[in-house]
Amino acid sequence: MSQNVYDRVRANPKFTELVQKRSSFAWKLTIIMLVVYYAFILVIAFSPATFGQTIGSGVTTVGIPVGFGIIILSFILTGVYIQRANGEFDELNNQIKEEARSEK
Amino acid sequence: MKWGWLLLALTNVLFASGAAEVSGKSEVNMSAIVMFLVFVAGTLGITYWAAKRTKTAKDFYTAGGGITGFQNGLAIAGDYMSAASFLGISGLVYSKGFDGLIYSIGFLVGWPIILFLIAEQLRNLGKYTFSDVASYRLKQTPIRTLAAFGSLATVALYLIAQMVGAGQLIQILFGLDYAYAVVMVGILMILYVTFGGMLATTWVQIIKAGLLLSGATFMAVMIMYKMDFSVETLFSQAVAVKKSAAIMSPGGLVSDPISAISLGIALMLGTAGLPHILMRFFTVSDAKEARKSVFYATGFIGYFYVLTFIIGFGAIVLLTGHPQYFDAVKNTLIGGGNMAAIHSAHAIGGDLFLGFISAVAFATILAVVSGLTLAGASAVSHDLYANVFARGRVDEMTEMRVSKYSTIALGIVAIFLGIAFEKQNIAFMVGLAFAIAASANFPILILSMFWKKLTTKGAVYGGGLGLFTAIVLVILSKAVWVDVLGNKTAIYAYGNPALFSVAIAFIGIWIISIMDNSEDAVNERAAYDHQFIRSQTGIGAEGASSH
Repeated sequence: MSQNVYDRVRANPKFTELVQKRSSFAWKLTIIMLVVYYAFILVIAFSPATFGQTIGSGVTTVGIPVGFGIIILSFILTGVYIQRANGEFDELNNQIKEEARSEK
Repeated sequence: MKWGWLLLALTNVLFASGAAEVSGKSEVNMSAIVMFLVFVAGTLGITYWAAKRTKTAKDFYTAGGGITGFQNGLAIAGDYMSAASFLGISGLVYSKGFDGLIYSIGFLVGWPIILFLIAEQLRNLGKYTFSDVASYRLKQTPIRTLAAFGSLATVALYLIAQMVGAGQLIQILFGLDYAYAVVMVGILMILYVTFGGMLATTWVQIIKAGLLLSGATFMAVMIMYKMDFSVETLFSQAVAVKKSAAIMSPGGLVSDPISAISLGIALMLGTAGLPHILMRFFTVSDAKEARKSVFYATGFIGYFYVLTFIIGFGAIVLLTGHPQYFDAVKNTLIGGGNMAAIHSAHAIGGDLFLGFISAVAFATILAVVSGLTLAGASAVSHDLYANVFARGRVDEMTEMRVSKYSTIALGIVAIFLGIAFEKQNIAFMVGLAFAIAASANFPILILSMFWKKLTTKGAVYGGGLGLFTAIVLVILSKAVWVDVLGNKTAIYAYGNPALFSVAIAFIGIWIISIMDNSEDAVNERAAYDHQFIRSQTGIGAEGASSH
């Protein structure tokens, strides 16, 4: 791959757009995941009794639906990301690659 | 012909020991033996098929890059749903209840992070190992050496856990001596990897993931059926037989805040630093498939952890009060806490289903050790031999031959370690592997991708410091200092080193990198632009599928 192709990509405003959009989206989702997970861990560390409370009159505790919720959230977030990355972002990326190649 | 002979030999070993069992210690489960042999025969058949298609180094390391996102997702799940996960976590839920879920969640949440931050960059920059990415613009020799040691340390710990699980399992199920069992696993994994490379390893993973998910689903459904499909009934019956509601709350497993946070960091970041997992990203054709792999893998793994949680609680209800599952003298489960899922399989579906689950658990171990061994062998042949020792001047065939020798050597080492660590808790072992992956591999990988100012010096000394700190703290912690070395109290009081070792690695890399103003450092920073464009767009990435 010649240096020219890289220079053209660098100069293409679509590249800046792709990088900005994709990284801000990725970091947003990352932060959601980190906040949820470390909140869970910190509750376990500092206030385990919070998760130990029973729901209603049964034996099921608050921690159980919270835990399962995090498992489901992880899956949903990956789905949300690939939906946009494999569609919108890849579309933009293909345009960038096409333009870098065609302007020879 | 070779395969037929091996199968015959294997059959002889199993049945000979089986015959001895009738008069001796424990009963032999014929259905387990038959189903296991079918699996072995099938996977050896695949290995034979894969061997004919494995001609180049690219085939050997990455199955030619022709695996689809769905297949790879299933294979990643296969790599990840190890015997330590299945037996260890269901055993943990059986003994500690809710605490088992803390582990499961920690193991899972690394996946979205891998997808968001590293999956596509990894695919776009790397060729065979994650060291390719870390050393993309840094100096090959020091970075690859360190990354290879990080990989080998992780692989070794993980392998020990798997080997110990295999030995214990086979000892109980087939009545075969622990040492023989470990040797047999070692030989089979050497065969898969040496002859079939990544293609055979991937398909062994896919088949095993399918079997494990169906077996665990059946167990969970049967348990829920007995509970009228009410989780409340399941939990209340478990609490009733335990005569304590402690299993419903966070408890003794993570007893103090530092340990809890440290474990959380190790599990989350460690996943993103496991060499055998990272290597799987090079088996797909492009970034799009790499992303899909993680999506499917996260779904399968999450689902699997839901199942293990149900199975663990089900085991409390099913096994408590049934003396045939307990060692009368020690009053523990026969074979230890990790056997909860296995005994539950018997309680659910008798000898036949016990046989199936045992065979699946064994297949799981075989598949995971194969993936690990391939990753370890790649670190030796691709990083240490081809790029460090031979400075990149080596032909593919020689490199492949070296990786096959490394596979055999690693297999033999794994057998010895498996025998040496017979009595260790396997879920804990994996936690330690994660700590090293999180402290050495992960910081170097992520900073090489995202931080322009990273230099070779910073990565080597900072990453080395992380690796060193993780290992030293592990040695000083209870698991090794007290339980292995026999000292009275642990010098490092927390269960997991990650909080400190990861912080030390990142701070070390940062300080040393920003202080580094050498000519090399200037060039390495200048090369970041080029790397960044490739990592973002895939331009110039190693040609996709060879087919």
